[in-house]
Amino acid sequence: MRVYLDNAATTRVDPAVAEEMKKYLTDIYGNASSLHAFGREAREALERARESIAKKINANANEIVFTSGGTESDNLAIQGICLAKKKGKLLTSTIEHPAVNNTMLAVKERGFGVVKLAVDSEGFLNLDALQDELSGDVILVSIIHGNNEIGTVQDMKAISEIVHDKGSILHMDCVQSFTKVPIDVKKTGVDMISMASHKIHGPKGVGALFVREGIEIEPLFYGGPHEFGKRPGTENVAGAVAFAKAAELMTANEISKIKSMRDYLVRELLEVEDSLLNGPGIDNPNRRLVNNANITFKYIEGESLLYKLDDYGIAVSTGSACSSRSLKPSHVLSAIGLDHKIIHGTVRMTFGRFNSMEETKYAVEKIKLCVDELRQISPFKHSFDNYDVKG
Amino acid sequence: MKMDAFRYSKKVLEHFRNPHNMGEIKDADGIGRVGNPVCGDVMYLYIKVKDNVITDVKFQTFGCVAAISSSSILTDMIKGMTIEEAEKLTKDDVLKKLDGLAPVKLHCSVLAVEALRKAIGDYRKRKNSERQRNC
Repeated sequence: MRVYLDNAATTRVDPAVAEEMKKYLTDIYGNASSLHAFGREAREALERARESIAKKINANANEIVFTSGGTESDNLAIQGICLAKKKGKLLTSTIEHPAVNNTMLAVKERGFGVVKLAVDSEGFLNLDALQDELSGDVILVSIIHGNNEIGTVQDMKAISEIVHDKGSILHMDCVQSFTKVPIDVKKTGVDMISMASHKIHGPKGVGALFVREGIEIEPLFYGGPHEFGKRPGTENVAGAVAFAKAAELMTANEISKIKSMRDYLVRELLEVEDSLLNGPGIDNPNRRLVNNANITFKYIEGESLLYKLDDYGIAVSTGSACSSRSLKPSHVLSAIGLDHKIIHGTVRMTFGRFNSMEETKYAVEKIKLCVDELRQISPFKHSFDNYDVKG
Repeated sequence: MKMDAFRYSKKVLEHFRNPHNMGEIKDADGIGRVGNPVCGDVMYLYIKVKDNVITDVKFQTFGCVAAISSSSILTDMIKGMTIEEAEKLTKDDVLKKLDGLAPVKLHCSVLAVEALRKAIGDYRKRKNSERQRNC
């Protein structure tokens, strides 16, 4: 059996989405900016997609800017504001995705002030710190809405109120939360949000940035007048149509199915001795992404578990960066204060619409088995107390 | 073709899947403990020595795929070696047997060799104190 539990990394494109998309590659292929019938057909489809995405977050269609994905949306929001405002300070959190983290680093090098705000042990933003750091020169606050590693969903409305009280602008990276958590841009007052198609069973290479009417941002590159002058380049009609279709298919029913599989997995894995759940509890879907499980198994290392599960056809990812390019432990797990001795034993399992309960049960069984096998190899069984390298 | 810098060799995965000489020797003649749980890898190496030859060896490792396979291959390499032969092993010998490791994982082979050196040092210390007791 092959079980894909890495849906926070990317998802399988829904065949219905692919089918819909195909039409706009081979049949309706006109340039949406052309005046003839070929162009008009494409324009109609693009605008329908725009309206559909807008509806999902209670925005107006002219507030949706299609981009190449989450990373571009985050860059457009942050750099776009910096280019428009020329100077000032930005606030962000200690648990951001690299798309925000590294953009902040870049603008800092260009002379903007950047302050990272702390989070609590579940990953929730310290609102007092936000209040304290907000001053007249803060041009943007950018906070991740649904955390990609530990699933923490921030209180968009509370953050938005504080930010607006001090007259600043709020951007939220909603790449993981879009369609999984209800988002209402009118009720919450958020100014910009980033979204991506490939996290919700749409294709890679397309996303969107919601930009509230009246918020001025500069484009990151120059070309035609596309996307309200905020994002030049011939419109990716097929991508936009597919993105909208994928968003429509993320129904309440699907979300609750995903949650029940995730809940089962978490409950089962917490039965394993010396295991713990990172991030908020699983009960409230407005506090934790419904598809995210992030679990630490003490006395083993996550990358080893990943490879063992890979042999059983199960795909997970590690919280420990040991498996990726650097050996530094996850900045998110460090930020929530997880003990560095156990940080390395962390794996993330994220569900999607195409997982089944049968797969979940298989994964649970194999994860338990592999954790046990790795603990047999480990010198630590029940504590790190016998850790002694002096001898 | 450029090798994927983050892909493990077949040899590494073989040893990871079926580690050789895993476990603890209760009456070991020398024990080498290295690493740090905070860094994500700890290796304990146990050796039995008879007439200056390593007759048995076991390991326990907390760590990634590279750490576990480095430990496993090292135990294979040193079994049957004299103490002097084992002492001469370097990380490059381990790497060669594993068909290489990604640059970010090189320290795992270093760790295995360090564990071995410590185990040999421990063995010598014990032997010396034994000798002194017998005098």
